Amino acid sequence: MLEYVAIALLIALALVVALAAIGLGYLFGPRKQSAVKAQPYESGINPFGEGTRRMPVRFYLIAVLFILFDIEVVFFLPWAIAFRQLGLFGLIEMVLFIVILLVGYIYAWKKGALEWE
Amino acid sequence: MNLTSQDYQVLAPYILLTAWACVLLLVDLFIPKERKSVTALLAALGLAVTLGVTLSQVGIEQVGFFNMAALDGFSTFVNALLLVSGILGIALAHGYVKRMGIERGEYYTLLLFSVSGMMLMAQATDLIIVFIALELLSIPLYVLAAFARPQLSSEEAGMKYFLLGAFATGFVVYGTALVFGATGTTSLAGIVAAAASPSTSTLLLTIGAALVLVGFGFKVAAVPFHMWTPDVYQGAPTAVTAFMASGAKIAGFAALLRVFATAFPALAVDMTAVLWALAALTMIVGNVIAISQTDIKRMLAYSSIAHAGYILMAFVPYGNPAVRDVSIAAGLFYLVAYAFTNFGAWGVVIALEKKEEKGLAIADYAGLGRKHPLLAAAMTVFMLSLVGLPPTLGLVGKVYLFRAVIAGGFTGLAIIGVLTSLISAYYYLRVVVTMYMKEGEPETVRETWLSLTTALTAIVTVVFSLLPQSLFEWASTAVLKLF
Repeated sequence: MLEYVAIALLIALALVVALAAIGLGYLFGPRKQSAVKAQPYESGINPFGEGTRRMPVRFYLIAVLFILFDIEVVFFLPWAIAFRQLGLFGLIEMVLFIVILLVGYIYAWKKGALEWE
Repeated sequence: MNLTSQDYQVLAPYILLTAWACVLLLVDLFIPKERKSVTALLAALGLAVTLGVTLSQVGIEQVGFFNMAALDGFSTFVNALLLVSGILGIALAHGYVKRMGIERGEYYTLLLFSVSGMMLMAQATDLIIVFIALELLSIPLYVLAAFARPQLSSEEAGMKYFLLGAFATGFVVYGTALVFGATGTTSLAGIVAAAASPSTSTLLLTIGAALVLVGFGFKVAAVPFHMWTPDVYQGAPTAVTAFMASGAKIAGFAALLRVFATAFPALAVDMTAVLWALAALTMIVGNVIAISQTDIKRMLAYSSIAHAGYILMAFVPYGNPAVRDVSIAAGLFYLVAYAFTNFGAWGVVIALEKKEEKGLAIADYAGLGRKHPLLAAAMTVFMLSLVGLPPTLGLVGKVYLFRAVIAGGFTGLAIIGVLTSLISAYYYLRVVVTMYMKEGEPETVRETWLSLTTALTAIVTVVFSLLPQSLFEWASTAVLKLF
C-alpha cells in the first residue's frame, strides 16, 4: 500500500492546485458579462452559423483513416526501442505488420478513399 | 523468443485463411463489378482449402504461441464446422446479394475475416486471444448486418448490433481484467493453477467469470441478453442472418466451453446454478415469444434464441468430470444439427424473399406445398428438425443432449427442455400447416446454388439422423484437451 502514497499525494496536489486556480479567480476576479464574452471561441474568428452544422462526411472518412494509420504507426515505437533484443524475429514480425497495413492502404487508395472529390 | 514450426502448425488453418482474405481483398479490387461471382468462388475456394488443412490435422494435439492457442480434437471439430458454415453462407449469399442489388466484393472478404475470427476463438487458450478473436469475428459481422445500406432496417440492424456487441465486448474485457486481478494471469491454464491456491480471491474470480459469461451471453443470444437478436436478425440481409445465426453461435459456444471447462472448473459450484437458470430462461422465453410472431425472420430469430437455451444445457454439468466430455460431445452434436437445419431454413426464406422486404410473412408461405412441393418438403424437414421430431437430426441432437443432462443429474432442466420443445411444435408446425393446408400463390426464385444448398442441408438433416452414431463418435473425439 505504501508505494501508492506518492500517487495519492500527486492526485491530491493536482486537485488542490486546479481548484485553487479556478476558485481564487472566482472569488477575487471582476465579473463583467458582455455579449462578446459569451460567444463561443472559434480561434479568433467571428462565429458564424450554428455549432451543430452538418459536415461533409469526407471529413469523417479522413479522420478514420488518419486514426487508423496513425495509431498503427505508434506500434513502431516500442518495437524500435526493443529492436536489439527482438532481433531478426522482431524484424520479420514488423515486416508482416507493415504488409498487412499496406493491404489496407492499397485498398483505401484504390477505392478512392484518399481523393477529396 | 522464437517460434518453431510447431507453433505455426497450431494456427496453420487460421493463418492460411487470414492471408487468403487479405489477398482476396486486393484481388477483388481488380475484378470488374459485373463479375463478382469470381470473388465468391475464390472465397469459397479459400474456405475449402482451409477445410482440407483442418481435416489433415485430425488427431494432432498441441499448444503453440507461448500457450496462447491450442490445436486439439475440439478445435479441429469446431473449425471444420465453422468452415462448412462459411461455405454454406457464401452459397446462400451469392445469388441473394445479386438479386437484392447489394453485391459487392467486400461481402465475401468480410465473411472470410469473420470465419477466421471464429476459428481463432475455438483455439484460444488465453483470455486476451479470446478477446482479439471476439473482435475479429464481430466487426465484420457489424458491417455485414448493415450491408443492405441505404435500406433503413439494415442500417438499424448494423447500428444495434454494433452498439450491443461493443457493450458485450466491454463485459468480456472487464471480466478478463477482474480475473487477471484475482489470479495474475490471463492464460487459462494459469488461471486454474492460481485458483487452486488459497491466497486467490474467489469472490473476484467469480465476478470476473460471471462478467465473461454475460459478455458471451450477448454473443450467443441467451436470455436476458437477447434483446438485440430479433431486430438484428430481421433487419440484416437474410443471407447474413443465416451465417450469423450459425457461425457466431458456434464460435461463442466454443469459446464459452473452452474457457469455462478449462479455466473455471473450481467455480462450478456457483456457476452451475447460474447456467441452469440461464438455460431454462432462454428456452422458455425464446419459445414462448416465438409463438406470436407473424414474420418468418423474427420467428426464426426467436427460434435461434430458444436453441441457444438448448445448447446451454450442455454447459450446466461442466464442472462434473464424469459427464463433462459426453455433455460437450452432445453440445457439439447439437451445434452441427442446428447449423445444417438453420442454413436450410434460411435458404427457404431466401427463396421466397422479394425486394424491399416482401414475401417474409408466414402467410406468404400459403400454397407452397402445391406449387413447389420440393421446397415445401425441405422446409417441412427443417421445421421438424427444429422441433425435434423424427426423422431429423434435430431429434437425435435433443436426445443426446437430454441424455447428457439427465446423466449429470439435472432432470428438472431436461423436463423444461421437453416441455418447451412441445411449445415450439406449435409455431414450427404452423408454417407446415400454412404451406400445405392454405391456398395461395407463392412465388419463388430459382438459383442453382440456393437450391443445391437447401437440398444438401435437407438431405444431411434426414440421412445423418438415420446413422447418428458415426457423427456422434466424431463429436466424442472432439473433447477438450486440458493443457
